[in-house]
Amino acid sequence: MDTTLSQTVGTTDHGHGPAKGLGRWFFTTNHKDIGTLYLWFSLLMFLTGGCMALMIRAELFQPGLQLVRPEFFNQMTTMHGLIMVFGAVMPAFVGLANWMVPMMVGAPDMALPRMNNWSFWILPFAFSLMLSTLFMEGGGPNFGWTFYAPLSTTYAPPSVTFFIFAVHMMGVSSIMGAINIIATILNLRAPGMTMMKLPLFVWTWLITAFLLIAVMPVLAGVVTMMLMDIHFGTSFFNAAGGGDPVLFQHVFWFFGHPEVYIMILPAFGIVSEIIPTFARKRLFGYASMVYATSSIALLSFLVWAHHMFAVGMPLAGELFFMFATMLIAVPTGVKVFNWVATMYHGSMTFETPMLFALSFVVLFTIGGFSGLMLAIAPADFQYHDTYFVVAHFHYVLVPGAIFSIMAGAYYWLPKWTGHMYNESLGKAHFWLSFVGVNITFFPMHFLGLAGMPRRIPDYALQFADFNAVASTGAFIFGLSQLLFVYNIISCIRGGERATDQVWEGSHGLEWTLPSPVPYHTFSQPPVIK
Amino acid sequence: MDALQRKNRRLILQLVLGGLLMFGFGFALVPLYDVFCRITGLNGKITNTGPVAVEEADSSRDIRVQFIGVNNEAMPWEFRPLLNTVSVNPGEMRQMAFFARNPTARRMVAQAIPSVTPSEAAQYLHKVSCFCFDQQALEADERMEMPLLFVIDKKLPPDIHTITLSYTLFDITPVLPVAQIKTADIQRSPL
Repeated sequence: MDTTLSQTVGTTDHGHGPAKGLGRWFFTTNHKDIGTLYLWFSLLMFLTGGCMALMIRAELFQPGLQLVRPEFFNQMTTMHGLIMVFGAVMPAFVGLANWMVPMMVGAPDMALPRMNNWSFWILPFAFSLMLSTLFMEGGGPNFGWTFYAPLSTTYAPPSVTFFIFAVHMMGVSSIMGAINIIATILNLRAPGMTMMKLPLFVWTWLITAFLLIAVMPVLAGVVTMMLMDIHFGTSFFNAAGGGDPVLFQHVFWFFGHPEVYIMILPAFGIVSEIIPTFARKRLFGYASMVYATSSIALLSFLVWAHHMFAVGMPLAGELFFMFATMLIAVPTGVKVFNWVATMYHGSMTFETPMLFALSFVVLFTIGGFSGLMLAIAPADFQYHDTYFVVAHFHYVLVPGAIFSIMAGAYYWLPKWTGHMYNESLGKAHFWLSFVGVNITFFPMHFLGLAGMPRRIPDYALQFADFNAVASTGAFIFGLSQLLFVYNIISCIRGGERATDQVWEGSHGLEWTLPSPVPYHTFSQPPVIK
Repeated sequence: MDALQRKNRRLILQLVLGGLLMFGFGFALVPLYDVFCRITGLNGKITNTGPVAVEEADSSRDIRVQFIGVNNEAMPWEFRPLLNTVSVNPGEMRQMAFFARNPTARRMVAQAIPSVTPSEAAQYLHKVSCFCFDQQALEADERMEMPLLFVIDKKLPPDIHTITLSYTLFDITPVLPVAQIKTADIQRSPL
């Protein structure tokens, strides 16, 4: 980015720092405070969902039922998915957007600061409501994170109503967050910051925000239909009353497929910021990155039924969704090519953010390839609902979305806190996570190909060895996250002072600000050449 | 600042409207899905019903029509086709019947929901009359043969040799108002 700050920014001259005490966090309208809240919340949810994953893996360590009852196991798989998707990954990206987008476009704050406060503070209530269902009579949601009807309507535990309201609240929060981000990017850019000068993280978030506004209301619609089927005697998904359970899957995946891009596009943005910094080269093919991201977003609306190949679709439908899905590999391939081309002939160094970004590129691509395998409709009949699917989406979500979030956290922590994190600890965290993730999820490919179904608490004996390996990996990965938490906390409390530019090769408006960033920045818009 | 506020307000309005529109679109998917299936005949629902003009049957083709009768979850009726398979010429009108018996000690009302496999055949299966057009009521221990009159269209694609017509019988006996039914009352059949 050839953006430079031509004037020193007057920041605290009117002496308006953060409020004192807890009130600061409840009533704040400052984008940095709200970003911090989002990030802490998502870390808490990540650890909660992680504990559930470890409970699942502990039960699956050997065949037979050892630790939990099957009913509870089902609640764990469901809650793990819901918490990780809606509680960990999405809020983490919103938190990073809150922190970075105004600083990257040269804005003093988000466009709608009060709504920003509201959209965060809905989340703790939504998730308390959802987690509280675990303690209710009949237990929490046990129908899988995709909550297919009639499992989630006719056969659901009574607590499903609370689950529905929690999803409504998350939806409202996401939509408000998305509106805020779009308004900030479109209306608050500093003079001279044209659209094609925006950092890629901002671009990917702009597109993600439009996806959110397009599909979160559809999710709200589908849970509302469930609510009406359960309590008001309608028959949207009930065949006895003229409805159709397959309709649920169509409406759900019309939301669900763009949702998976909501969870990966900002990751593309973060990686596109980090790789040029540590390769000390400009991003290769900036414009093609923007167009690739937009075409992925558009295509994501046309491929939803590839989640339902086994539902009994006509041949024409299977073929259409198969080819449309494979088409997405083209813009994604463009992005991977650009990242590799950025590194080509660069003078690379391998600090923790770069390590996470590099493993993102490699492991996300593996997840992409298993996605292509699943896209082959005739082969999908074999893979459908097996551990192969579990391996696929964990490869794109854990070393994909989660690694990019960790990369972003390490990359921007010195800017946020003014201290360098502990590099050796960061590297240890990376290597343990990298090894742990692969030990956990790689054997699942083989389990799936051998026919082990997903969402089961017990399994046939021939799957025992790979399951034991996967469970071991899960505990390595899970426990190594404690290093991450420790590293963040010690980085906040002290450490080597960070320079303003932090990284030798960093470019962009956020690196022209002092470290730590003052409470108010760009009160006067920067001038961009 | 005023200009910016006006710009923000316009943008928020557009985005909120977009969100509301998509919420509506979610619900619009329900009829759209039905219309799409009716036009393309993709979900195996039969839409050709009512009287047909009598035609010469095409005796050069034999189509196997298989019948299946299934009870939905808690439905206790005996329900089965009188014949599992019949062989029909396209254009020929055929009569078939399903047997039903209510083994319970109370009057019950049932509704049969049909489905055709392969789904491409659905639009060529013409039902002149069918017990599934109406609700069926049986007193305690009453039995009944429920008739079905159908014609297979001569335009049936040549690659289709077997058509399966399946009925699922649902219990629609009026009971308590929906709000008073507790989850525990719904009996689950073991899988």
